[in-house]
Amino acid sequence: MARAISTKRKLIVTVLAWAIGFVIFFPILWTILTSFKMERDAIALPPIFLFFDWTTENYGIVQERSNYFQFAMNSIVLAVGSTFFALVLAIPSAWAMAFAPGKWTKDLLMWMLSTKMMPPVGALIPLYLIFRDFGLLDTRGGIITVLMLLNLPILIWMLYTYFKEIPGEILEASRMDGASLGKELLYVLAPMAIPGIASTVLLNIILAWNEAFWTLSLTTKSAAPLTQFIASYSSPEGLFWAKLSAASTMAIAPILVLGWFAQKQLVRGLTFGAVK
Amino acid sequence: MATQQTRALGRLAVAPSVIALFMWMIVPLAMTIYFSFLRYSLLDPNYACSVLHPGQLFDEANRCLAGFSNYKYFLTDPAFFRAMGNSLKLVGWVLAISVVGGTLLALLLDQAFYGRGIVRIMMIAPFLVMPTVSALVWKNMMMNPVSGFLAYLFKLVGLQPIDWFAHYPLTAIVIMVAWQWVPFATLILLTSLQSLDEEQKEAAEMDGTPPLSYFWYIVLPHLLRPMTVVILIETIFLLNVFAEVYVTGTGGTAGNLPFLVYQYGLIANDIGGASAGGIIAVILANIVAFFLMRMIGKNLEA
Amino acid sequence: MGTISLIKARKAFGDAIIIPGADLEINDGEFVVFVGPSGCGKSTLLRLIAGLEDLTSGEIRIDGKDVTNVAPAKRGLSMVFQSYALYPHMSVRNNIGFGLKMAGLPKAEINAKVAKAAATLNLTEYLDRKPRQLSGGQRQRVAIGRAIVRQPEGFLFDEPLSNLDAALRVNMRIEIMQLHQDLGATMIYVTHDQVEAMTMADRIVVLNRGNIEQVGTPMELYNHPDTLFVAGFIGSPKMNLVENNTLGIRPEHISLSDNKGDWPGTVMLSEHLGSDTFLHIDAGARGRLTVRAPGENTLGPGSAVWMTPEKSRLHRFDANGRAIHT
Repeated sequence: MARAISTKRKLIVTVLAWAIGFVIFFPILWTILTSFKMERDAIALPPIFLFFDWTTENYGIVQERSNYFQFAMNSIVLAVGSTFFALVLAIPSAWAMAFAPGKWTKDLLMWMLSTKMMPPVGALIPLYLIFRDFGLLDTRGGIITVLMLLNLPILIWMLYTYFKEIPGEILEASRMDGASLGKELLYVLAPMAIPGIASTVLLNIILAWNEAFWTLSLTTKSAAPLTQFIASYSSPEGLFWAKLSAASTMAIAPILVLGWFAQKQLVRGLTFGAVK
Repeated sequence: MATQQTRALGRLAVAPSVIALFMWMIVPLAMTIYFSFLRYSLLDPNYACSVLHPGQLFDEANRCLAGFSNYKYFLTDPAFFRAMGNSLKLVGWVLAISVVGGTLLALLLDQAFYGRGIVRIMMIAPFLVMPTVSALVWKNMMMNPVSGFLAYLFKLVGLQPIDWFAHYPLTAIVIMVAWQWVPFATLILLTSLQSLDEEQKEAAEMDGTPPLSYFWYIVLPHLLRPMTVVILIETIFLLNVFAEVYVTGTGGTAGNLPFLVYQYGLIANDIGGASAGGIIAVILANIVAFFLMRMIGKNLEA
Repeated sequence: MGTISLIKARKAFGDAIIIPGADLEINDGEFVVFVGPSGCGKSTLLRLIAGLEDLTSGEIRIDGKDVTNVAPAKRGLSMVFQSYALYPHMSVRNNIGFGLKMAGLPKAEINAKVAKAAATLNLTEYLDRKPRQLSGGQRQRVAIGRAIVRQPEGFLFDEPLSNLDAALRVNMRIEIMQLHQDLGATMIYVTHDQVEAMTMADRIVVLNRGNIEQVGTPMELYNHPDTLFVAGFIGSPKMNLVENNTLGIRPEHISLSDNKGDWPGTVMLSEHLGSDTFLHIDAGARGRLTVRAPGENTLGPGSAVWMTPEKSRLHRFDANGRAIHT
């Protein structure tokens, strides 16, 4: 807008927006603050905001007691692993749909998206039994497979929309220049698709990291990611708020950071493109 | 743009995904349907089928077939009505809160003010938090009736703090879930708001349109489409809320449909019953999916 | 060397028949322009020749060899796209040299050829820039450079000047014509702009709804259009058509007088271009006619005029829109 908005109005809106933003963000902020308190300060009444004895002991205790790093490692392996394998399937599929479409393309895409709408409980029992009988319960491989299939439709969809944005004429130009299909993909398509692929990877890592239903149902210890780690804090063992806060902060921090960069991707991936 | 060879290659390239997703969809679903008609419990020694592996079940089908009794059992369980009611209440309330809240927040974030980037992050953050973390933080540090922050606020204004989980467990769950989904709605609606043609705003100004009318006649219709998308997509995810119920131990009172199925299956080990419940959840979801697919289909053209 | 033939070339997308059947012979070294309104199939025809689309039936030959099923790269043709289609992540140098790299030429040779092409097109100082750092005209030249560096049998241009502003368009038109003179290669140029067609072509192919209406030199098409369509398409402003579309006369072939002539009329509107004046005249039963008057003409709206068409320049058409040549 070319006209200046009155500074007074801007200030009023600023105060209002910050206030509301602060309220919404508060539980997260409170958690981060509490993680640096000693337990007795964590449950102190009235609650202490900033002036307490800051300590990092909780982080140490949590790691010692429940081995945060193992769970974090699992989260990372599951997120990255499922993303990688999903990409192996998704990239060729998205390529085919974007550049070699047929009458089947639109219907296929719709069908793939519809598989995402099946309630997990509908598949819980058989998957649990199959995993049990094949020794897949509590294994990384098992969960990676589940997460991969869970998010495959979203990945294919996102890559498809990014591929479609690449002007077809550029690929045709490479064909005129004598590039075989392989060279066309390697020298021309891939470099142009990298930003789109990176965005898709970002989204999938967030989705996989936060996935709770399957990780809670199909893991117990060795393959358990951070979702399970936090769930183990649900049975209270005395004073533990500060430690819970530390554990929580460690569990959510990576995604908060990633999410900052991934806002556009969240919109694109989770609304199946219905909102631009 | 595609020539013969690229088309054939294209079909080959999608094949793995199609096969994988097909198996992922059909195999568990088929098995669930099958189990739902069987008397199959992993624990109850009275059921003759309890010691069989799924593979063996196919041979012993005649002996173990239970007809619709699992469905009857599930549907007449008082826990079912409560769970169904909770599922619907949860979805309904969170939808209402997130659409209304999301619209207001989106309108706010669309304005010019200082530090917009940071406020935006603050408002989006809850959606990025793991549901298990969100549940426990709310249950303990926010909602604990003695030392929780909400209790402190209540006391500050002279009110008696509420023991949420003892008296209003479903409300507590609604608050937790809404806290996470309002940012989602906000993000979607804000994105759509920002695509509102600048020239439309200017035309309305030239016409001397007052702000409220501008909102009602121009902004709201424009937002109707993303609102529909938000509602439909949230419904799909909200019907499947699980972590919050599981982690806060409110399954008894505030449990919803997914949790009930989980209870039947992995706690009571009644495979038949759980399967029946699962199918009911699937039917419910299909009804929603039908409408969502229509909406998306229209947009794939756009 | 660069002769191109289309024999009963037919292209259909499912049920939609874009090109029912085209026969065309293009001679070596010719500058041929495909011209026609939007949707007439000119770009499709070009892409069929390039090999970017498959023929539904028929044949394409280059230098007598049947290339109907040959991949684009092996047809020995280069194409300049409407949107230039430059590789955004590559420098100008790599853009131009990409085709040579695909052909497996040694690096030194590639650099030499690229340098030469860049020099021809005044691109030498831009060789290390990326496309997004260039202006429209510069990108245009990079696209041309990419095409000429492979020394193909023929060049294909798909509306290359549509994205440029008017002044630049005129300059580039001249540059392309100069290029043709220098290289002497066969060039097929697609455009919807009949001015480009008239000024640049050795021969023009006029297309209408997938059909070739007429092929000929610019002057042939101007003086002896075969059909109503060609008559109306070539020449600006359009040819006047009277007597139920059976009689045509161009605006520049009507003389004006304020007291005597064949056809009476009243001036409705006049357009002053400085070099010419175009008068739009209401000729009663004959409808509206456009007349070109040289220089500045002072007849204003409402003036009564008499128009006299040049008898030798009248075109007659039959009921099917075909010209009756006398």
